[in-house]
Amino acid sequence: MEQLFAQVAAGLANGAIYACLALALVMIFVSTDHINFAQGELAMFSAFMCWQLLEWNTPFWIALPAVVLASFVLGVGIERVVLRPLHHAPVLSIVVVFIGLLTIFNSLAGSFWGHTLKAFASPFPRVTFPGSTYFGSHQVGMILATGLLLLALFVFFRFTPLGLAMRAAAQNPASARLAGIRVDWMLALGWGLAAAIGAVAGTLVAPVVYLEPNMMAGILLYGFAGALVGGITSPGGAVVGGFVVGVLENLVAYFGNVLERSTGLYLVGNGEKLTVALIIVIVVLTLKPSGLFGSVIVKRV
Amino acid sequence: MPLLEVDGLRAFYGQTQALHGVSFAIEPGGITAVLGANGAGKTTTLRAICGMVATDGAIRFEGKPIAGKATEEIVRLGVGHVPEGRGTFTNLSVDENLRVAAYTRRDKAAAQRDRDMVFEYFPILKARLTQQAGTLSGGEQQMLAISRALMLGPRLMLLDEPSFGLAPLIVQEIFRIMRRINSEAKVSMLLVEQNAALALELADHAYVLETGRVVMSGASSTVKNDEAIRKSYLGY
Repeated sequence: MEQLFAQVAAGLANGAIYACLALALVMIFVSTDHINFAQGELAMFSAFMCWQLLEWNTPFWIALPAVVLASFVLGVGIERVVLRPLHHAPVLSIVVVFIGLLTIFNSLAGSFWGHTLKAFASPFPRVTFPGSTYFGSHQVGMILATGLLLLALFVFFRFTPLGLAMRAAAQNPASARLAGIRVDWMLALGWGLAAAIGAVAGTLVAPVVYLEPNMMAGILLYGFAGALVGGITSPGGAVVGGFVVGVLENLVAYFGNVLERSTGLYLVGNGEKLTVALIIVIVVLTLKPSGLFGSVIVKRV
Repeated sequence: MPLLEVDGLRAFYGQTQALHGVSFAIEPGGITAVLGANGAGKTTTLRAICGMVATDGAIRFEGKPIAGKATEEIVRLGVGHVPEGRGTFTNLSVDENLRVAAYTRRDKAAAQRDRDMVFEYFPILKARLTQQAGTLSGGEQQMLAISRALMLGPRLMLLDEPSFGLAPLIVQEIFRIMRRINSEAKVSMLLVEQNAALALELADHAYVLETGRVVMSGASSTVKNDEAIRKSYLGY
């Protein structure tokens, strides 16, 4: 039982990261209908930038906002420079561009910082929580930090005129233009926000998985699974989906271990966690393509 | 100076040319109707003015050339477009729809006055403020579309078939309010309508389009009494 709680707790902590990435994916998807495959590599690049600042003895709580801001600018820049000329391009060209971006950031990180694993110290103070051994201080910090980030985004989209304009532009670009909204800039802003969210996710997960250019490959897959489970068109759903996937992968591994201990039959274990994520993607796509909270996309043909 | 001047306007959808040199002018203060059969280029004319299709030719709003500008920049100059199909932000509430429309307003006091004015014209929208706009009836969505255009504080309003798909009683109400908006809020209007009788009753000027060309123009009363127009568009 003790172990089960520990697994759920760890699942929630990982889920927080998946939720961030899922949200970043959804942010770009709702306004452009594209899945940004480079989202994970961008987050990795941001984490490396943060590490570099820390190496230069910058205090973490200065380095993080600086990196989030830089990632935001990078995201806006990528949309304006790389994707803007492709607005009317067929979807395959855009997929190729995303894969190109993925490779570029992966090799850039490799050539700047090398491919050896780097430790990334947890920014959160070591605290032992009374009465609980399930949560480490970094895990609690991860959940709190993502919670704050999600709350800030919610307030931004719900209560500010700019947030409302971004929602309007994503939902009905033609009407948004007729309201005088500069839709192209709203897309760029969405990219910037997605990159900034990714930066937080990358920096928070770096102490757990260690820093290296391929650190986000598996995590992006979980983020994608989370986005699909929640519904790729629903930001709130993506967050819930991220947490669901985080807890689910740990539970599956846990019950696999229990099964093996009691019957000797090995079905799933820690090694199959990523497979679980992929199975979740396939099951969701087959049974409920719109996800838990997503809207069904109806196209007139 | 005319409020809007269109000179030799041609419009294209890819390889297809939809307008073949349309010219007309609108004086400030009035209501001008554009009549014509399906496919005559009525909607295209409105879309061309707002930079929503590829065009060639001159368009001047208050003397400033606007041809080739981005839609959002033309709108910001004071052109409110009530689009075909109403353009409702279906997932946003009625209140949010109105706030989106007021996004570009810097003068918050004036925007608030326009909001009060909208509620005076369409009290039903005030009652539906928190409701999701997609759940409104067709008539209510048309009212919302006109209200969104009004929230921009426009000097010219382009209306694309505001009567489309609505019950006659609702249409009458909406047209009555359009007349009030024109005279009280001093918003000039360019109205595209299938329902020629209705449009000619409201408008002071009319242009008749046929396959992308202006074939007749003049005061509404003149157009109304033209034999050919009466036969083909008014049906008597």
